[in-house]
Amino acid sequence: MSGESNSFVRKEMISERIPPAAERGLFKWVRENLFSSVFNTIMTFVSLWFIYSIVVAAAPWFLNGIWDAKTIRECYDLLDGKSGACFAVLNERFPQLIYGFKYPSSEYWRPNLASILLLFALAPILFRKLPRRLLAFSAVYPFLAFWLIWGGSILTSVSAFLGCVIAIVCYRRFSSRSFAIAVLISLIAANVWWIIGGYIVDLNDSVLALKDVPSRDLGGFMLNLLLGTIAVCLSIPLGIALALGRQSGMPIIKWICVFFIEFIRGVPLITLLFVANVILAFFFPPGTSLDLILRVLIMMTFFNAAYIAEVVRGGLAALSKGQYEAADSIGLDYTQSMRFIILPQALKISIPGIVNVSVGMLKDTTLVSIISMFDLVGMIRGPILSSTDWNGVYWELFGAAAAIFFVICFSVSKYSQWLERQLETDRR
Amino acid sequence: MAEKLKLEVSDEIAIKVESMNKWFGSFHVLRDIDLTVNRGERIVVCGPSGSGKSTLIRCINALEEHQTGQIIVDGTELTSDIKNIDRIRSEVGMVFQHFNLFPHLSILENCTLAPIWVRKIPKKEAEETAMHFLEKVKIPEQADKYPGQLSGGQQQRVAIARSLCMRPRIMLFDEPTSALDPEMIKEVLDTMIELAEDGMTMICVTHEMGFARQVANRVIFMDDGQIVEQNEPEQFFRNPQSDRTKLFLSQILGH
Repeated sequence: MSGESNSFVRKEMISERIPPAAERGLFKWVRENLFSSVFNTIMTFVSLWFIYSIVVAAAPWFLNGIWDAKTIRECYDLLDGKSGACFAVLNERFPQLIYGFKYPSSEYWRPNLASILLLFALAPILFRKLPRRLLAFSAVYPFLAFWLIWGGSILTSVSAFLGCVIAIVCYRRFSSRSFAIAVLISLIAANVWWIIGGYIVDLNDSVLALKDVPSRDLGGFMLNLLLGTIAVCLSIPLGIALALGRQSGMPIIKWICVFFIEFIRGVPLITLLFVANVILAFFFPPGTSLDLILRVLIMMTFFNAAYIAEVVRGGLAALSKGQYEAADSIGLDYTQSMRFIILPQALKISIPGIVNVSVGMLKDTTLVSIISMFDLVGMIRGPILSSTDWNGVYWELFGAAAAIFFVICFSVSKYSQWLERQLETDRR
Repeated sequence: MAEKLKLEVSDEIAIKVESMNKWFGSFHVLRDIDLTVNRGERIVVCGPSGSGKSTLIRCINALEEHQTGQIIVDGTELTSDIKNIDRIRSEVGMVFQHFNLFPHLSILENCTLAPIWVRKIPKKEAEETAMHFLEKVKIPEQADKYPGQLSGGQQQRVAIARSLCMRPRIMLFDEPTSALDPEMIKEVLDTMIELAEDGMTMICVTHEMGFARQVANRVIFMDDGQIVEQNEPEQFFRNPQSDRTKLFLSQILGH
């Protein structure tokens, strides 16, 4: 190369080209992910064969499925020895699966309406971009839903709602003086109102009255949804309060919270449900009794709250001490620093944990079937499978129950992933 | 070296610490501290690590609790009364070594949060104040960004602006430049010098001896939890009295 010059000048610039066929699109993906080595190629074919055999084995069962039959025997007759599912049970017992077997069929529109409105009530809570004014409906919704599902005069709900409003107004009014006094006054004011309101409601119990449906008549998936939603919604604030209490500098508050959390976490949910069902009644004076659903709800809320408290505590511990100090140093008081600085950050860290626990809680609502409440699983195990008409249709029923829960829980987990990404924007 | 700052110091007492003691468990961190700071004074506290200098200024806004003795800030004595503590904290600004900005809030929100909720200033006005101070620390264009998007020096200047938005009468600096890359130290020191020129009462824990010479009217040397020597910067650097001070100065100025 001695005679040649080392200098070089490009005459024409190289224009942009697309990558070779083997390096783009689907082909590249398949090559890199399915056939990147001999072993992976073998694994790909084994997996494909495995998937194929499952589909081939299961397809006829689904495709031959009978959707229209009155009993399991009619199903078998229609199938005529072929393998096939008997989905007719879902069709025929649909109302029972969803509403339980005692809810008056003329009133099905009420839970339907309540569950549609639930979406509207949850929307502004779940999506921050929606106008904040919609939260007013979320605040009213619990009372509205109670009236829709349990029936009775609307005055009951209105009175309960007004009691809460009075409590909040009183708290706002007195909170500048002292937190404890404000809480005490608002509790007293609300209870006084509820007593007065109770008399007024008793006198006019036919105003906008819907047919009364007692708690023991609720059932089916409606019951699961009801228990799950309420328990999760109540347990998140309670769990946060417990987590903060556990960090408190005041020893008595701290010990109460620690004892509560450790006790509830140390006991299986089923045990708590049995306590709610049987033992709790011994603690009330004879003649008075709390509604069974209410007792179960209290236990589920406590249970979930104890777990959420530990998740939130993890989030609080993950924050650097500097955040607490910075909040203190600019003069924020405890409530303000928690509300604006500590909790927004700690809760963001805790989202996966809270969702994990809450999805578990949604599914655990089916445990109430063990204390003879007729939720979705209770309906299947009880009235449906033990009827002579449908004795023996296990796969279809439990499969359907699994599918319903999967759809709900999967959506919840997708939502939480979306939320995490939304909140992630403030880092880098 | 820049010109020495000449500023008048008033007779009014801003901070008075009297025979104050503090223990961490059984470890005696601060021993019989006596310190009086007049309004308008700029004090630099230095000393080897573990000598208690950070703890001292953290006691002044009650981030640490002292066990015996008295601390009077702006005429209010620091006791365990939470109302007094909150009042003093809103009058005393603090800048930390690690900035401690709130990562989930924008720069502007970082600066307006306390004025809105503690001082009860209308949002609009608080934002104007915040922009004023962000301009003062020369980063108004970053107002809508988040702390994670800023460099260390910028973050520390935001932290200073955040404190200033509360219109404090006293500023405490806890090693404000120790966590910064060398090329960013100057921008933060310049901000602090400007603040001193405005007559702010400042206590500054730092190892920036150039800053001490230029700005401070008193340098305090601490070792083993006690004030070993204090003097005007000229005297302090040229003619240290105690052996500990001499050793310390030879170590940090020796290279």
